[in-house]
Amino acid sequence: MPTPARYWREIPQRYRLEAGRCRRCGFIAFPPRLICPGCRSREFEIIKLAEEGRVISYTIIRVPPHQFVDQAPYAVGIVELDDGVKLMGQIVDCPFEELRTGLRVRIEFRKIMEEGEAGIIYYGYKFVPA
Amino acid sequence: MRDVAIIGVGMMKWGELWEKSLRTIFVETALAAIDDAGIDHLDAMYIGCMSSGLFVGQEHLGSLLADYLGQKPIPAARVESACASGGLALRQGFIDVASGMNDFVLVGGIEKMTDLNANEVTYALGTAADQEYEGYHGITFPGLYALIARAHMEKYGTTREQLAMVAVKNHDNGALNPLAQYPFKITVEAVLNSPLVADPLRVLDCSPITDGAAAVILAPVEVAKKLNKPIVKIIGSGHATDSIALAHREDITWLEAVYQSARKALAMAGKKIEDIDVFEVHDCFTIAEICIIEALGLVEKGKGGQAVEAGLTRIDGPFPVNPSGGLKAKGHPVGATGVAQAVEIVKQLRGEAGRRQVKGARLGLTQNMGGTGGSSVVHIFAAE
Amino acid sequence: MVGIVGYGAYIPRYRIKVDQIAGVWGADVQSYRKGLLVEEKSVPAPDQDTITMAVEASKRAIKRAGIDPREIGAVYVGSESHPYAVKPSGTVLAEAIGACPEVHTADLEFACKAGTEGMYLAMSLVKAGEIKYGLAVGADTSQGAPGDPLEYTTAAGAAAFIFGHDKILAEVVETYSYTTDTPDFWRREYQYYPRHGGRFTGDPAYFKHIIGAGRGIMAKAAIKPEDIKYVIFHQPNGKFPLRVGELLGFKKEQIEPGLLVTYLGNTYSGSSPLGLTATFDIAKPGDLILIVSFGSGAGSDAFLFRMTERIEEVKDLAPKTRETLEGPKVYVDYGTYAKFRKKIRKANE
Repeated sequence: MPTPARYWREIPQRYRLEAGRCRRCGFIAFPPRLICPGCRSREFEIIKLAEEGRVISYTIIRVPPHQFVDQAPYAVGIVELDDGVKLMGQIVDCPFEELRTGLRVRIEFRKIMEEGEAGIIYYGYKFVPA
Repeated sequence: MRDVAIIGVGMMKWGELWEKSLRTIFVETALAAIDDAGIDHLDAMYIGCMSSGLFVGQEHLGSLLADYLGQKPIPAARVESACASGGLALRQGFIDVASGMNDFVLVGGIEKMTDLNANEVTYALGTAADQEYEGYHGITFPGLYALIARAHMEKYGTTREQLAMVAVKNHDNGALNPLAQYPFKITVEAVLNSPLVADPLRVLDCSPITDGAAAVILAPVEVAKKLNKPIVKIIGSGHATDSIALAHREDITWLEAVYQSARKALAMAGKKIEDIDVFEVHDCFTIAEICIIEALGLVEKGKGGQAVEAGLTRIDGPFPVNPSGGLKAKGHPVGATGVAQAVEIVKQLRGEAGRRQVKGARLGLTQNMGGTGGSSVVHIFAAE
Repeated sequence: MVGIVGYGAYIPRYRIKVDQIAGVWGADVQSYRKGLLVEEKSVPAPDQDTITMAVEASKRAIKRAGIDPREIGAVYVGSESHPYAVKPSGTVLAEAIGACPEVHTADLEFACKAGTEGMYLAMSLVKAGEIKYGLAVGADTSQGAPGDPLEYTTAAGAAAFIFGHDKILAEVVETYSYTTDTPDFWRREYQYYPRHGGRFTGDPAYFKHIIGAGRGIMAKAAIKPEDIKYVIFHQPNGKFPLRVGELLGFKKEQIEPGLLVTYLGNTYSGSSPLGLTATFDIAKPGDLILIVSFGSGAGSDAFLFRMTERIEEVKDLAPKTRETLEGPKVYVDYGTYAKFRKKIRKANE
């Protein structure tokens, strides 16, 4: 079992969707980066990502990694938020037959997984139909 | 730079090798390559292996395998770039020999996967994706390629049947390869009726879980000529990277690293893609082969599915892809795959591929990919 | 002046009908529907817990309040289903809304009244001038043992309230608490399901404390039931709040706007607070609103609010409670419910 540090250091992104916006070219890095892949600037400001977007592509995971066995089947998608940032996450509260590309979704705070019966609980963002 | 030749190849039957350990699988394969080359010593070794640490709990492979191959104290290093580890090991061996540093270099690839159950294998392979921002959300490799497949189908009209035809074609070829894990034919119906793994991909769209190894021996062409062996030269090598997070790609249906690595390898070889007679590419999933033939420039963007349906990629087609059976039928011991592709191309260029021989093949290309195209390695081979 | 500056509600999308539960246990469904006045209850998805619902309800409260979360000086989460036995829910909530690190945080537990406890603390700190804004959440994913009468009502939901001095939508006119040691319902450490005293949970517990607090606050504020526009009582079922309201001299029309239990179930720490959010959604400036919670063990907290003009400006800034309750919902059968609520144990590798 890993120490909680690995989970803990990503909290600003997982709980609050904090991203870095390049002060020179406006590129939004999620997660934040130290150097802009576009203009190589090293100056970023912290911003919060948009809370709504649309599904770019999706799938339903039926053979999960071992930590997600209890959740399968579950939907995972790539969503383009209204600020143009694309990110991956589970799409929940949506019957599989209603999934489609272009679906409007918003971010909700959910439990991602539990580290066994006694480990810490991982929280983060998921997508629900808007 | 010196010209580099492959002077020996080795590969054994792939599959669920319950009775064999990682080191045994590697050593018997490496010995076959050494025997094929007819040499009595090695100067260095490069071993492509994605995740022996997760699959069998063993790191430090270079030294372990050099020792068990009876070669210590030669320098031996493990090379890792997810499923492109084997191809990258070949590139490192190529650079080593070309540079003049060493003469006889063994490049091996190995993965022992069946000691874990399916969910654990799924996790281990998943470490090739962005663990904090993809793996954290429960995505898997079939899942990532399913995202690509759905996008490709919606953007270009690629059909579910066209995806299935990739698997059918590769099994047709694999049925002619006695070393393949699954040397039998399948039908489009069988693919479409196989269980869903990650919609829209089904079990028979996916390469299997495999134990296996592959090895080649490299030497300077000048040295090779003295051995009186058939010589296959490596005339081009290209390697490129891309975001490993699929969401960070501008267009998830386009494999930029494949395009870039092919462009570099072809430039080095002084060849055009249409000059190549035979291809071994990274069909870890059916959709991958379609995206790869597009990125290699064999067909236009979005036309990969139609090309497969038209039979253009069959052994007797204008650009034969995966005569070995590909990852789909031959098996996909991840670290071994890139080296096994080179083994197949050498056999093809030597005219030793038996019933799956591409007639008159003089130039061959291998394309080996890590993750969803976060890395790609392309090599171009020429019969002497 | 101190009062509520923002409020928010969150209810999961899943529901189970009492017929499903009665069917599995061979119980007479009519006796539950008529006896408890409960038709269905909310069910948390497997990826929802007290913390996740508290975060969503709080985000809605912040939207209505229109404040910078960094100005929230206290965060309290009241629940009997905190996901951790040791490790606060409140820290996750405070971090998720962006209130860290200059914030006081505590988790509270007092059966079904932990939500109003947090409200009392947040309000008091604002009143004392210690903090600018204080956030209090009542949230639960309560569990009843399979086949226990509690299983028909134990539900999931969260309500969040932000207290402050300025931009108040509901002024706190009066408060009153009524507490005795009454072991009517409990759960010992390491026990998965709670135990209760059956009919003992009625007169000596629920009715005695709510009537005590209800009479107490009206006497303290020198008002009568007819001065109050709406009243919300803790709602473990549909019958108790109507009965206790009658005993205190309230009419059905005063109770019904905040009575959600028939289609929501008992959300424990979220129960009367969610009723309060539904009442705010329809309240008009000047309305007097009374809430009396009840928590087993036992005690009641009562708050008397007077609505301000601001309620009209903010009520539409976040989803309304009844809309959320009636909004897109997904019915599950008992098997799915049992899986979601981990009533089925799997042999995991």
